[in-house]
Amino acid sequence: MCLSIPSKVIQIDKERNIATVDTMGVTREAGLDLMEEGDVCIGDYVLLHIGFVMNKIDEDDALESLKIYHEILEKLDEEERRNIVLEDDDCHNRSR
Amino acid sequence: MQLCLKDLYDGFRNPEVIRGFSKLIHQEAQKLDRTVSIMEVCGGHTHSIMKYGLSQLLPESIRFIHGPGCPVCIMPKERIDHAFVLSMQEEVILVTLGDMIKVPGSRGSLQDARAKGADIRFVYSPLDTLTIARENPTKKVIFFAIGFETTTPMTAALIELVLKQRIKNIYFHINHVTVPEVMVELIDSRDEHVDSYNNQIDAFLGPSHVSVITGSKIYEPFPKKYARPVVVAGFEPVDIMEALLMLVRQFTEGRCELEVEYKRLVSREGNLKAQAAIENCFEKRPLFKWRGLGNVPQSSYCLKEKFSDLDAEKIYEDILPKEEIEDHKLCICGDILRGIATPHECTIFGTACKPSSPLGSCMVSSEGACAAYYKYGKTVL
Amino acid sequence: MKTVTLAMGNGGEENQALISKIFYKAFQNDILNKKEDAAVIEQGNLAFSTDSFTVSPLFFPGGDIGKLSICGTCNDLAMMGALPKYLTCSVIIEEGFSMRELEKIVRSMKKELECNHAMVVSGDTKVVPRGSVDKIFINTTGIGEIRYRGISSNAITTNDVILVSRDVGCHGAAIFAAREGIDLASNLQSDCASLSDQVQALIQHGVKITALRDATRGGVSAVLNEWAVQSNICIEIQEENIPVTCEVQGICEMLGFEALDLANEGTFVMAVDMQDEEQALEVLHSFSNSANAVRIGSVSDVYRGKVVLHSSYGTKRFLELPSGELLPRIC
Repeated sequence: MCLSIPSKVIQIDKERNIATVDTMGVTREAGLDLMEEGDVCIGDYVLLHIGFVMNKIDEDDALESLKIYHEILEKLDEEERRNIVLEDDDCHNRSR
Repeated sequence: MQLCLKDLYDGFRNPEVIRGFSKLIHQEAQKLDRTVSIMEVCGGHTHSIMKYGLSQLLPESIRFIHGPGCPVCIMPKERIDHAFVLSMQEEVILVTLGDMIKVPGSRGSLQDARAKGADIRFVYSPLDTLTIARENPTKKVIFFAIGFETTTPMTAALIELVLKQRIKNIYFHINHVTVPEVMVELIDSRDEHVDSYNNQIDAFLGPSHVSVITGSKIYEPFPKKYARPVVVAGFEPVDIMEALLMLVRQFTEGRCELEVEYKRLVSREGNLKAQAAIENCFEKRPLFKWRGLGNVPQSSYCLKEKFSDLDAEKIYEDILPKEEIEDHKLCICGDILRGIATPHECTIFGTACKPSSPLGSCMVSSEGACAAYYKYGKTVL
Repeated sequence: MKTVTLAMGNGGEENQALISKIFYKAFQNDILNKKEDAAVIEQGNLAFSTDSFTVSPLFFPGGDIGKLSICGTCNDLAMMGALPKYLTCSVIIEEGFSMRELEKIVRSMKKELECNHAMVVSGDTKVVPRGSVDKIFINTTGIGEIRYRGISSNAITTNDVILVSRDVGCHGAAIFAAREGIDLASNLQSDCASLSDQVQALIQHGVKITALRDATRGGVSAVLNEWAVQSNICIEIQEENIPVTCEVQGICEMLGFEALDLANEGTFVMAVDMQDEEQALEVLHSFSNSANAVRIGSVSDVYRGKVVLHSSYGTKRFLELPSGELLPRIC
């Protein structure tokens, strides 16, 4: 029941107040009763829950998060490489 | 960079990022001088934690207490019995969400009622009720409404559509419950007989989708009044790991704040239109019994007086059972929900009490702590 | 339990309990107790199997109840290394059923029989009053000649690897999408197909097959769990290797399913000696229906009787038998 999933809006029926959304190739209709008129547009990413659009996904925040994750991975990689070098320097097996 | 739909799934399930956060949490947790017990309130979080095995990626100093975040799990037997009795009425079609199928009351579950001939329809959306009512004009279609604040506005929207479309044969039995009040009950019970002071909850992982509707403002009292930090997290594994890191940092840096990890969907104010719909249709009951937890004040909704004509509880008052029913005597769900015990410590976990024959609230729905443990690993790996 | 519940037909935990407590208990014998896809009789020369088909809707993307009724039984025979030869066909038809639809269903059956080089040699037809049955139920029983002996779910060892013939969950997802009142649109097709040719090809290329099973009700999860118990071994699966299409994933996300639990009607799981893995995959890749066959796991003795799912980021969990009323009338 907590099944709320991100979907993309591909069509809007103003008369029936319904959006057609796509989730990885599966399309279905969702009610717009909980969104302000004109708030949801074609191409928006929205959160769907039991047949209703619950909210719009803030694309900038989503991209920001993904960017931060990318930076975290880069930083960790760099640390790992540095540690490997340090371990190597400390290696007693190497003849000097 | 352009966002595409796949990013919203894969990006927040990226295995490398999950591993990365695990490393960072391990590093940060080394600065801790104590164990930190974090309650994830929401069943969706419990489900993700179990499905993705996130506990296996955390240091021993951090542990989860699985909360009552499953509105089906906490439904008391008395209310299930209401649904059972209503569904057995000749002229009634009972409509509810799929999760209600197996929840046992004292007379059996809705699955049992259906096997006995009751007309029960399990739907994916409350909107399906409109079609059912139109196709069955001589029947009384009762929508048995369940769920936290995530689902409450959808029931309100349905009520508003019923009135707008002048449909005369839809009624409502309301069982919506709210999150903040039960969070308080767990750490500071207003029932003097309940030992909530032994609760182990140090911090909360705030629910994802309740928060989309209510806004993060509902958690403001927790750091301020109860000294419990809250981080509102999305339900994907990366979201949860990021939120856990944020919580651990609060402990190592001596902070106690409300933060939002799930920024792409949660704002402070939330969905105001949804909140207005709830305000229009519902008001709070003074007390509501939560299975395994007892009576929690101001924690559930009922229909406002102006909608009495739609209220199945009022219309069928004469036949709805009123006796209080005790939980099974071996059931320790109350302790599990307060973090004092884990599912594995329950003597009937996986034996007398399992998903196909649940005895307590934590096993009844796939989002309950015990059900998630059972599905994703009866034996701890 | 005083009455039979819908969950007992799910192909998972409750189904197994019903079968054990009522049917196996009464009908006990050595052949039945092996719990294979088809019974091996007559000193290992013949395979014998039966199946009933109640799928709803009758016509779905990728097939219909007719095609399914032939595939289902022929595949069970094929899974024992047998060449399907003779089938019976019993139908129970509801009064008022459309003659045109009946003809369409029977034409599908004929086409699928041709794919299997098999024939219907005996049958029965009943018509019952409106409401006694939902449109049409079909039972087919088949006999086949075993061309490769020794295929058994009880014989898997740590020398074996686990392969799957194609992406999983298509039938279950397609049925769900096609159900009335669900209001979903997608390009999803059931994977409903006959598997006999692929099995015979594996046999002809000398692949040492230990076990074979098509992953019907209960999906790949059910097969792996049954194998782990019957052979008393541990099956370890790499989650990232399991092929799932975007559309099946979309349905799973939307409705809260796991692709491994969804039914298939043209997908099989195979346990082969690890030395023959490459050869087996080469043979399977030459068929369009198994072009993306892949190894998904291995066999160990770490947790006997259990299936372990390894994630790609270092965690693991048990994959349990599906339980509950996942999808009634799926096949």
